[in-house]
Amino acid sequence: MVVHEQSALENVVLRFAGDSGDGMQLTGERFTSTSALFGNDLATLPDFPAEIRAPAGTLGGVSSFQIQIASYDITTAGDSPHVLVAMNPAGLRANVHLLLPGAMIIVNGDSFDERSIAKAGYRTNPLEDGSLDSFNVTSVPMTTLTTEACRDAGVKPRDAERSKNFFALGLILWTFSRSLEATLEWIERHFANRPTVAEANRRALHAGYHFGETSEMYAPRFDVAPAPYPSGDYTNITGSAALSWGFIAAAHRSGLPLFLGSYPITPASDILHELSGRKEFGVITFQAEDEIAAVGAAIGAAYGGSIGLTTTSSPGLDLKSEAIGLAVSLELPLIIVDVQRAGPSTGMPTKVEQADLSHALYGRHGEAPLPVLAALTPSDCFSAAIEAVRIAVTYRTPVVLLSDAALANATEPWRIPELDELPVIDAHFANGPNARTDDGAPAFHPFVRDASTLARPWAPPGVAGLEHRVGGLEKADELGHVSYDGANHERMTELRAAKVAGVASSYPALVVDDPQGDATVLVVGWGGTYGSLAAGVALARQRGAHVAHLQLRYLNPLPRDLGAILATYERVLVPELNLGQLARLLRAEYLIDVASLHKMRGAPFTSTEIADAIDAAIREKP
Amino acid sequence: MTTQFVSVTTRKDWSSDQEVRWCPGCGDYSILAALQLLLPELNIRREETVFVSGIGCAARFPYYMNTYGMHTIHGRAPAIATGLAVTRPDLNVFVVSGDGDALSIGGNHLIHALRRNANLTILLFNNRIYGLTKGQYSPTSERGKTTKSTPQGSLERPLDPISLALGAGATFVARTHDMDRSHMQAVFRRAHEHHGTSLVEIYQNCNVFNDGAFSDINSKESRAANLINLRHGEPIRFGANDEFGVVGDDTGALAITTLGPENESRVVVHDEHLANPARAFALARLMVSDHEPTPMGVFRDVDEPEYGDQISLQAAASREARGEADLSKLLRSRGSWHVD
Repeated sequence: MVVHEQSALENVVLRFAGDSGDGMQLTGERFTSTSALFGNDLATLPDFPAEIRAPAGTLGGVSSFQIQIASYDITTAGDSPHVLVAMNPAGLRANVHLLLPGAMIIVNGDSFDERSIAKAGYRTNPLEDGSLDSFNVTSVPMTTLTTEACRDAGVKPRDAERSKNFFALGLILWTFSRSLEATLEWIERHFANRPTVAEANRRALHAGYHFGETSEMYAPRFDVAPAPYPSGDYTNITGSAALSWGFIAAAHRSGLPLFLGSYPITPASDILHELSGRKEFGVITFQAEDEIAAVGAAIGAAYGGSIGLTTTSSPGLDLKSEAIGLAVSLELPLIIVDVQRAGPSTGMPTKVEQADLSHALYGRHGEAPLPVLAALTPSDCFSAAIEAVRIAVTYRTPVVLLSDAALANATEPWRIPELDELPVIDAHFANGPNARTDDGAPAFHPFVRDASTLARPWAPPGVAGLEHRVGGLEKADELGHVSYDGANHERMTELRAAKVAGVASSYPALVVDDPQGDATVLVVGWGGTYGSLAAGVALARQRGAHVAHLQLRYLNPLPRDLGAILATYERVLVPELNLGQLARLLRAEYLIDVASLHKMRGAPFTSTEIADAIDAAIREKP
Repeated sequence: MTTQFVSVTTRKDWSSDQEVRWCPGCGDYSILAALQLLLPELNIRREETVFVSGIGCAARFPYYMNTYGMHTIHGRAPAIATGLAVTRPDLNVFVVSGDGDALSIGGNHLIHALRRNANLTILLFNNRIYGLTKGQYSPTSERGKTTKSTPQGSLERPLDPISLALGAGATFVARTHDMDRSHMQAVFRRAHEHHGTSLVEIYQNCNVFNDGAFSDINSKESRAANLINLRHGEPIRFGANDEFGVVGDDTGALAITTLGPENESRVVVHDEHLANPARAFALARLMVSDHEPTPMGVFRDVDEPEYGDQISLQAAASREARGEADLSKLLRSRGSWHVD
């Protein structure tokens, strides 16, 4: 019997890495689920290639899943893994640079044969050449032990070998003092129709767990206590699921049907998948022939009185631009979700970037303003979706909602809201004449505006007396007839702009995170970088810096209290996963000299990158 | 469906107060008149009728109808109308398009609308020219056509909308022309009554940029010789004395021949409802050039499941399988835990 030392830790960052076919995402998700049930706070960062099966054993084919678990509130999956599980040499080589000295590495020793080592680009075996001496390396013959465990179970050798990720999971569950129960239940459910595969996975899971318990070569064991959570029901949620459910909730709270027009594109397709399976909620999903038809059909649905939604990722937004311009002109509610990925062109389809801000703000011909908002965290996607619908419906305008590849796939625990906590959205359909003709008869004029919101009436077909025509040609103010009159065009242009500008009057006040209250440097971010910036700011504070943080959800119109907040600080640092698109906007709007920090590596900022930039900004302050 | 009383209307009720701005003499006028005169007879309500168009001369059509309407963007009307039709099965949705709008910039949307079979009536005004942009060749212009953009003649073979529609799996395909109001109305009525997507190609004269494009077919003098009236269940014969007929050859193609006692029995009897579209396709390919006998009428009319109906069935099946929608349950569907 080996006596294991059990260390209590506040947080651990763990990274699973292997071939695309090794089941690393699944392993990570199962560990996530178990940790959530245990009560840890957590954040995840899946990272996988665009190819479905990239060449086996190569660096390009490595699929990784990083998770941070903690006994306190965390916002990111962490900078540097404390534990790396590498299922093959490529998984090791692709990730070892992330580790700090002393980190623990667990490898599948069976995979370190000459050919695989060479394929990963190593000249010598890293397990033997001393290059890993600064780490705590354990080599476990996972393939052998898994195959052995599955012997006599009626499992095909190939299936047995494929179960080795469950061996790794079992070992890690033991390492973190977690029970196997939830995983066993999941195996039971998931492989109900494939009993031999279920059996192989069960055996592999137990084998890994027992290996940890009994092997003398494997000593450390960690314990990460549950995090304190406010009371309530919780679930683990990804950004894509939260967005999907947010739209269903918005439909529920507005009493309007939800129509999604979409064309498959990574990493936005998960929203299409999720909503396609929810038809009992009256959701109609339409997989269109292209991005243009997808947004077009959503516009048609909106004209008919549905919540018109279209979802895409960056290149798809290019194609939708023309139709979005039409929606601006028609003044119909429409929601465009852009799950941003690295561009330009096809770029890096599975990697995060937030370089579509300028496109969302300006990417249409003519003066075509529309509200733009961005979700901050995976769970915030839920309320951001509802907010996008609220703005679109209230102001009769297309709204762009920006998410990104990291938010879409990342998981975090989320307190499930009570239904009556959700905002009510009133579609306020036109139901009768709103004007009179020259000879005094009641009439319906489709461009008569609400005095406070400047919104025009939304009058879906079906109501007698409200028959009207709308189109992309300029419309006469109030009447809605085609008009080529210059003065009218200028007035309509100004009205459309004023309407969108007025959306800012419906925002909640901005909240700056400035606990010391005497910070001179303000970090301003937007959207999905919330987690990494909050973690970076926290690290800078640990180092002694006094720094404030503000994360923007509303990008157009900008919040009315933003200018005064920016003016309070001596220096404003704007970190973005683009070359400074928000920074340029802030400079233009507020005539202040913000400092831009950019990263274009298809990965979120690390806490260290942000904390270092804050340190530099404090040193450089005027 | 319950029969509802629809009040008696006239053409005036279906006409908007907007001044019609097509060029004087344009074939669009006669199509507009045919439809405005027909609609009062269809037992439908104005407020449940929507005209959706793209861009082009024909696309101005919705502005002239006192119904709901959308004048949208170039080529996209079938997609926009699909979103409307599937979310509002109570509406009569018409798409008005032209040869450039439907077959050039919007070709992709047209073929996918046709194969999906949502309840849309697509009216394709074919004048074989770009009118609104002042006279460039279109996808249906004949090869060698001299226009502003093809001073040496166009190099492209024309696209035949009927063949395209049949290839895309359209369930209702017909052709009519702007010189025959009663034929237009009969075809429009059938198209409207068809449950699914119907495509009607309308030969339409652009008297400014392509005058007489169809006169070899539909002028009073040419009709007898060159206009083949398709009638379901009848042998396909034409000519001043019905002296010509359509017969099949060994390759499966159809050909026009002069009829006599020796071959009269071989004349093809027109059947709109054949499941296999090959015969209808062969009819669409009868003409070798634009000045030869051309079939008019309904090429194909078959029943296939309508897209919106199938969407409703899937929604009903989901409710059946999972019970009525419960948002609270949905938010816990990925597993949840309680913290005190």
